[in-house]
Amino acid sequence: MTQKAKQPGAPDRFEVRLSGAGGQGLILAGVILAEAIGTIDGKNAVQSQSYGPEARGGASRADVVISKEEIFYPKTMKLDLLLALTQEACDKYYPDLKDDGTLIIDSGMVSEPPTPHCYGFPFVQLAKSEIGIAMVANVISLGAICELTGIVSKHALTEVVKMRAPRGTEEKNMKALEVGFKIAKEAKNQR
Amino acid sequence: MAQKSDMAQKSDVVHHYLRPKKKFPHVWCSGCGLGVILGSLIRSIDSLQMSKNDIVVCSGIGCSSRLPVYIDFNTLHTTHGRAIAFATGIKVAKPKLKVIVVTGDGDCLAIGGNHFIHACRRNIDITVILANNWIYGMTGGQFSPTTPTGSRGTTAPYGNLEQPFDPTSLAIAAGAAYVARSTVYHVNQLDKMIKGGLEKKGFSLVEIISNCHTYYGRLNREGDPVKMLQWQKKHAMPIEAARKLPPEKLEDKFITGVLHDVDKEEYCHRYDRLIRELANASRERS
Amino acid sequence: MKRVVKLLQGNEACVEGALMAGVRFFGGYPITPSTEIAEGMARRLPTIGGRFIQMEDEIGSIASIIGASCAGVKSMTATSGPGFSLMQENIGYAYITETPTVIVNVQRGGPSTGLPTKVSQSDTMQAGHGTHGDYYAIALVPSSVQEVLHFTIKAVNLSERFRTPVILLLDEVMAHMREKVDIPNPDEIEIVERKRPTVPPDWYKHFALTATGVSAMASFGDGYRYNITGLIHDELGFPTAEPSEIVAMLDKLKQKIVKHAESICEFETNGMEDDPKVAILSYGIVARAAKQAVIIAREHRLKVGAIRPTAIWPLATDSLRKRLKNVRQLIVAELNQGQLINLMKQHIDQRHTEIIPLQRYDGEIISPGQIFNKIKEIKHHGSEI
Repeated sequence: MTQKAKQPGAPDRFEVRLSGAGGQGLILAGVILAEAIGTIDGKNAVQSQSYGPEARGGASRADVVISKEEIFYPKTMKLDLLLALTQEACDKYYPDLKDDGTLIIDSGMVSEPPTPHCYGFPFVQLAKSEIGIAMVANVISLGAICELTGIVSKHALTEVVKMRAPRGTEEKNMKALEVGFKIAKEAKNQR
Repeated sequence: MAQKSDMAQKSDVVHHYLRPKKKFPHVWCSGCGLGVILGSLIRSIDSLQMSKNDIVVCSGIGCSSRLPVYIDFNTLHTTHGRAIAFATGIKVAKPKLKVIVVTGDGDCLAIGGNHFIHACRRNIDITVILANNWIYGMTGGQFSPTTPTGSRGTTAPYGNLEQPFDPTSLAIAAGAAYVARSTVYHVNQLDKMIKGGLEKKGFSLVEIISNCHTYYGRLNREGDPVKMLQWQKKHAMPIEAARKLPPEKLEDKFITGVLHDVDKEEYCHRYDRLIRELANASRERS
Repeated sequence: MKRVVKLLQGNEACVEGALMAGVRFFGGYPITPSTEIAEGMARRLPTIGGRFIQMEDEIGSIASIIGASCAGVKSMTATSGPGFSLMQENIGYAYITETPTVIVNVQRGGPSTGLPTKVSQSDTMQAGHGTHGDYYAIALVPSSVQEVLHFTIKAVNLSERFRTPVILLLDEVMAHMREKVDIPNPDEIEIVERKRPTVPPDWYKHFALTATGVSAMASFGDGYRYNITGLIHDELGFPTAEPSEIVAMLDKLKQKIVKHAESICEFETNGMEDDPKVAILSYGIVARAAKQAVIIAREHRLKVGAIRPTAIWPLATDSLRKRLKNVRQLIVAELNQGQLINLMKQHIDQRHTEIIPLQRYDGEIISPGQIFNKIKEIKHHGSEI
């Protein structure tokens, strides 16, 4: 994990928000991330989400707080990592990102990133072209996050994606994960 | 030894089911129809030849709801209007129990109306004995959901402005399996109607036209218990006879007898089937 | 046996706990933010021979679980504020008839429909004084998803042990957040069953006055035929208007809970070892922010402690006073306009300990930063911390 500004009282705390539009599977992505970290990697993770009428349509989000220590406060305070799959989500949640936090955007959907210092990948487009279904953009994103940040192990993420994938889609989801790992590795090497 | 009269034998049966200690005198006014209902319910239960231990009698609040306290079964005197919901929990948790609800027109049809129609809809095996005297007795004579339009109650001092429910039509429309009506005058018929309800696997309603001379009779100048029973005798029309008569001859009558009797799967039976199916599916998987 | 660790929502953990504790009947009605509990029960119960029923309303739900408990089956319902209000009359019936039941209330903002999807602790008082008449409640307040599982088991156990309804107070955030939960092995958990009668049916008294205040309980269908009524009753369960019998029954309801307050309500403390003069008192989800605030404050060399009860009804007031012996300023943090604070004012000597409110009721949880700011404010006003 890269050195980040410390959260008061919780130096090891790492806060993630996965955001985009309703229906992009971001809540599930948050659950997968928390489950991989919490039940396999052996760290602590708390997942929460926006709930209620505002969760239908518009910007959707899932938050995951990660720490080796016990997590007291369950909600995010200042994000270490923001994934934004839409312009709306990016605009809405970018102010919650720490100054030195990591922003990952869908470069095909976010035409006006708020900062040049971000990673951009065409997740949705890749999901369609490489896997054949737009639905797996969330899993590609998880693969990229894993490779870029190391907050979750590849092993744990792979196990949970396999387990959580709807029956018959396991192969497609595994492939999506590989795509995520690959594009992130290339991006890292370029930097 | 002299043969006991039919009346004496019937009385012995009733006494066999009454609670022995300290429960009497009962709370009802002398001449109240609820005594007749108590006797009829006991004789009907007796005819089932079931253990007292397997019978639950549940009630809400009101004059009729005081009935269970006098009889030697598992008895549950609950909150106003909710007896059927309590009974539902008992029946679903332990389906082998025979569950009977004793209720009145206010308890069952006003405050408890929602539980009543939904129990009909579920077709859960509960027998509801509805003593319908067209008035709230325990609170002193207010009009109820079955008070005829124009009749008086203490809260309808100028006559009831509302129209009454027909609980039997309501139950049939809501999905009950067995619906019957009788009166406290027609005791032999009443015994048969209650027995029919108890024997039915599914939701059964027995509506019993009863007399509250203390309030309804007094407020509406319908007189003493005898006069009110005579009214029942005169205005009751057995369904078999009613079918042969033109509507104009039925205008001032109410229909008695078994009004509805159908066979369909009962709720607890269906739930048991689900449990078995899930168990089988799980066995096949492993 | 290999340990099982799962990522669960609070509501899911509640279902797990209930099933482990032996709950085999659930009567419920859908209401946000508690619905996942009913959904989980509907899915799971028939697979283990239990039964779920969706009733026509919350009044029917609580009635059905009392009925099922009378038939001998451990029973539970789950709801939120509006449904909890509807249940109150029959919760009173469960108290007076001493029928073990568990009522889960996932708190949301109110009054009325209020904030259906937002967090709140504004049923703090309703949990203890929601129904009419004199009675003494048990209301447990977990603070993590892991605790939701354990406290659900505890709630079932306490209801069986004391023959009384037990309320489990959750909130929207705890109900919906996911956390890892260590699933205990069945042999690790204590399961309490209601005391059954040992006397023959003729001697049986459903409401017997006993030294412990708890009477044995036979089930319908077991051969003990008795009467249960919501009217004040004698030991046999028959209505009474005899003054001495009335007092005996009401005292019984009171004593069996009050006497055991110290064992029902425990305290978790953080940073209380070195006798801080300032402490934060809170329960449930707020207590987590308080723990974080203690760490932040200590990083700033401000000696602060946190204390949280595991039950708010009954409060173990003797222990509480002992633990607050050296505390000069107590911040009571809660998600309402001041309910827990009134309980504290009732039990704590304010000449010795100043009670300071920290209240939030905008649908969001109190953050560690907010609590820390309150601590700084106290410091700013010249208090020695």
